Amino acid sequence: MRDTVESITILGGRGKSGQSDAVLRIDLRMGDVASIVGPTGSGKTTLISDVELFADANTPTGRRILLNGAPAPTEYRDDPARNPIALITQHTTFLCDLPVSEFLLTHARIRSGNPSGVHGLLQKTLGFANQLTGEPIPPSVRMTELSGGQTRALLIADAAVICDTPIVLLDEVENAGIHRARALELLREHRKIFVFVTHDPHIALLSDYRIVMRGGWISRLLHTDEEERRCALQVGRLDDMLSRLRDSLRRGERVRAEALEGCS
Amino acid sequence: MLLKLIVCAGPATTGKTSVLRHMIRRMLEKGCRPAFFKIDVQYAEEDEALAAEFGIPCRKVYSGELCPDHCNVMVLGDALSWAKKSGCDILLAETAGLCLRCSPYVDGGLGIVVLEATSGMNLPLKVGPMLSLADVAVVTKVDRVSQAEREVFRARIQDVAPAVRIREVDALRGIGIGPLADHALGIPDATDRMQLRGNPPVGTCTICVGRKDVGWQSHFGVVRPLEQQAFYRGE
Repeated sequence: MRDTVESITILGGRGKSGQSDAVLRIDLRMGDVASIVGPTGSGKTTLISDVELFADANTPTGRRILLNGAPAPTEYRDDPARNPIALITQHTTFLCDLPVSEFLLTHARIRSGNPSGVHGLLQKTLGFANQLTGEPIPPSVRMTELSGGQTRALLIADAAVICDTPIVLLDEVENAGIHRARALELLREHRKIFVFVTHDPHIALLSDYRIVMRGGWISRLLHTDEEERRCALQVGRLDDMLSRLRDSLRRGERVRAEALEGCS
Repeated sequence: MLLKLIVCAGPATTGKTSVLRHMIRRMLEKGCRPAFFKIDVQYAEEDEALAAEFGIPCRKVYSGELCPDHCNVMVLGDALSWAKKSGCDILLAETAGLCLRCSPYVDGGLGIVVLEATSGMNLPLKVGPMLSLADVAVVTKVDRVSQAEREVFRARIQDVAPAVRIREVDALRGIGIGPLADHALGIPDATDRMQLRGNPPVGTCTICVGRKDVGWQSHFGVVRPLEQQAFYRGE
């Protein structure tokens, strides 16, 4: 049985140059959506890697991660299939040479421990992934042959359906060539703690709060306020408009002024 | 003999030396006195690099015309005496990692196989006793694959070698090495009389003694035609 996760806590450490985190404690509760924002090289990926490793002052940042207010049991580190965290990395290719269906069935078997349910999980995962990518994934194709978008879509679907962990970390999903808004919508149907590393304004504003990174250290924690929530609606419309524009360019069409109406 | 023995095997370029380097650093921090010994066929520089980095006793042996695992059986006793005379309390022996038929592990020592997560899901099925007779399987390059791939690769190892302890590491940054080094320091000291853990392959054939003709008809002793595939899986 999976242990119940109520919260995860980040206890501050320091950045590359030794500068201490300005926020000493961040509590993420079940159902929270957080974003980690900051320039490239500011330590965003390092922060989620601390979370994923259940750092206990044993990584270069000296940060500590608590689960339900206490240090995480070591078996989570020893056996990744018991890990309550799914990390969706920036990989856009798989190195695994198995066919998609065989890979997913194997993974489902490890994660669910229930051989009878694995075919259902396979169908559900492919269904989820195919809603995120414009090019449906054939189950018989080898993982290595998937496109960048298919790979990211499958990683997200695998984390949500097969891993089905209470905590999901997503590293720059926007670079994926997938339907981001749809991904967010589908993910939010699952009650989990989501942490997005992101440069995407829409994802950042839809989060409950933003962890701001600078030079490797946590410089600020911003709770999304009322005005930002209203802005998020507008940003969403801008985003939709841009994605329609992108699709139309992809189809080889001419761009007309009316396509940009409402954003001046 | 108050000396612990670690024997490390694994295919070429998987990161054996990187894993051992981080283990040595951790052992030195804990006040231990490690020595490093490398067996290779014709070229190795790991001993010089590690001697320069840590100032610990390091040496190598080239197996030349001998099978490196065969060479290992011959010289390991001498290597232990050398490490002891050098005032060390733990010997890390890195093998050449070539043959998938043998394994260089010794009863009374810790056997570590280093495999890379990037090398394909069937690798655990191919490396034979190098994996199944190890105590610990260290999986490197985990940062290069997705979490899902890591989990499936791990399951493949467990299918082949259920009793082997699996440790996933990022050997470049040294993440995950701590528990591995601590495990190594917790093993009992080696004894004076040690035995190879696995069965060596059938040896002494006409090819070994220099007859180079291709085809079993030119040989005698241990011969095998294509159609006779009596398969010995090993341990």
